[in-house]
Amino acid sequence: MNLRKYLKVYKKFLHTSLASELEYKTNIIVDLITAILSLVGSIFLLSIFFQNNGYIGGWKFEQALIIQAIYTILNGITNTWFNPNLTEIVKHIREGTLDFVLLKPIDSQFFISSKKINPSGFLEIMLGILLLFFCIRINQINLNLSFLTLSLITISCSICILYSLWFFISTTTIWFVKTWNAIEVLRSFLYIGRFPLNSFSFSLRIFFSVFIPIAFITTIPSEVFLGLSVLWKILLEVMVATVFLITSRKFWLFALKFYSSASS
Amino acid sequence: MVQNIIDVRNLSKSFDISSKEPGLKGTIKHFFRRQTKSLKVIKDISFEIKEGEIVGFLGANGAGKTTILKMLCGLIYPSEGSILVSGYLPFRRKENFLKKITLIMGQKQQLIWDLPPIESFYLNASIYDLDKFEAKKRIKKLSEMLEIDEELFIPVRKLSLGQRMKSELLAALIHEPNILFLDEPTLGLDINAQRNLRKFLQIYNKETNATICLTSHYMKDITSLCKRVICVHEGAISYDGKLDLLLKKLSPVKEILIVCRSEEDSIKLQNYGFTVKNKTKNEITIEIENNSITSSLKTILNNFDIEDLFINEPPIDEVIGKVLIKKDYDI
Repeated sequence: MNLRKYLKVYKKFLHTSLASELEYKTNIIVDLITAILSLVGSIFLLSIFFQNNGYIGGWKFEQALIIQAIYTILNGITNTWFNPNLTEIVKHIREGTLDFVLLKPIDSQFFISSKKINPSGFLEIMLGILLLFFCIRINQINLNLSFLTLSLITISCSICILYSLWFFISTTTIWFVKTWNAIEVLRSFLYIGRFPLNSFSFSLRIFFSVFIPIAFITTIPSEVFLGLSVLWKILLEVMVATVFLITSRKFWLFALKFYSSASS
Repeated sequence: MVQNIIDVRNLSKSFDISSKEPGLKGTIKHFFRRQTKSLKVIKDISFEIKEGEIVGFLGANGAGKTTILKMLCGLIYPSEGSILVSGYLPFRRKENFLKKITLIMGQKQQLIWDLPPIESFYLNASIYDLDKFEAKKRIKKLSEMLEIDEELFIPVRKLSLGQRMKSELLAALIHEPNILFLDEPTLGLDINAQRNLRKFLQIYNKETNATICLTSHYMKDITSLCKRVICVHEGAISYDGKLDLLLKKLSPVKEILIVCRSEEDSIKLQNYGFTVKNKTKNEITIEIENNSITSSLKTILNNFDIEDLFINEPPIDEVIGKVLIKKDYDI
């Protein structure tokens, strides 16, 4: 793979999608306002849950706020990259424009996963990072190199798991043509990631760890921030992320053999 | 000797198609128990195309033309048989193969809708690993050939269909491919835009010796660009050869409209033994076989007092239309 070429192409993707989005100023402003209101609403909701009892599943409000911060960052990443690109796969397959992607001398997964960005998602990422710094202060977390490395590793793994899940569902469009509903279900499950895993019953905890690994996405990075995490959990998250990433890649290449293109 | 650039041997393609009975009952049945059957859309076809050739694929809707094109460019896996395009197996979609080909579809577009076409050109240039200087040079050359200039800087959504199609062509040709797959490139264009596009393709073929495989329902595209046609009928090749030979075979007669000076002469002509198609007062339309045109005209001019005479070719659409519904042409 020619890395220089891919960087050059990605620079062009960034440029063209930013230029496309900036054609519609009002839409950007509405998206920005939505991001702020959504974060305020989520924090308000979380505070209501903690109003009667100071603890949920062994977590204090200040600690649960870290999960909210990580969720906001991940949601920002979803809105910036995954949502504009991966929902487009369904459109590409339904309308047959995937033909153009497949005939370009560039990796098709790279092309369809990174062609577009939604700049309003950046605000969510920034708000999440600000909230995370606020949480670090109020929880008196000591910032050191090993902590930062572990945080970066676990958050990167969360991004990989989320991307792979979404990409996997979108790929099934090659057979099922319409998979909007499955993507919506995935998004609804992501909302669950705003709460500590311990706050759910045992059976739900198993479900969200094994079947749909939402728990890995927010809870493990949050535990790292609070110094509550154990090594096996971090290693497990790295393993899950690697398996998911490789599987989604293999699945895409396998699915392309069944692509029949839309009729003209 | 000119090399074969496309070599297709015993190619077949089957698709699993699901069918549904009409009405609510049929819909429910279809939802719970989908009945699929394998449909062979391409049936054991073989052909070769030489470098620099322009070949037209003719056939009715659903005959299999687009499926053939998509297998040739590597989008669809063949079920049986072999395809070799420029020495590559298309469905492997190797980078060097993809740099040699392009696909243009009249009904689908790759340009970024909200941005001027120039942005899509530079994006494609980076995908094909062209530096900025080379990309600029090629854009300039192609835009001159396509006669587009200001349109390059206007958002695609504001361009007319003709301007958009020219921009699509430029985006698809920026990497200077030597094999072009064109699927109804003139669809929906007005007569002038169609003519300009055809002119461009002729020049492009002449200058670069590019091989062009074309499908179109506009007969003018086929007659002005293609010397050779491949007729596809229900997934099989019904004719592969020169277009003029096919036309001769399909229309062995010409229509002659003769204007006589007197009605008396036209009546005499009517009874002379020609096949009469139509007759008004002193005008008569007869049909004469191609191989006896000269002698028949000589007889008419020598024996009758003729005021005017018109030789008409049967309309090409009508002639080609016969190809679309017949199974085999042995020429």
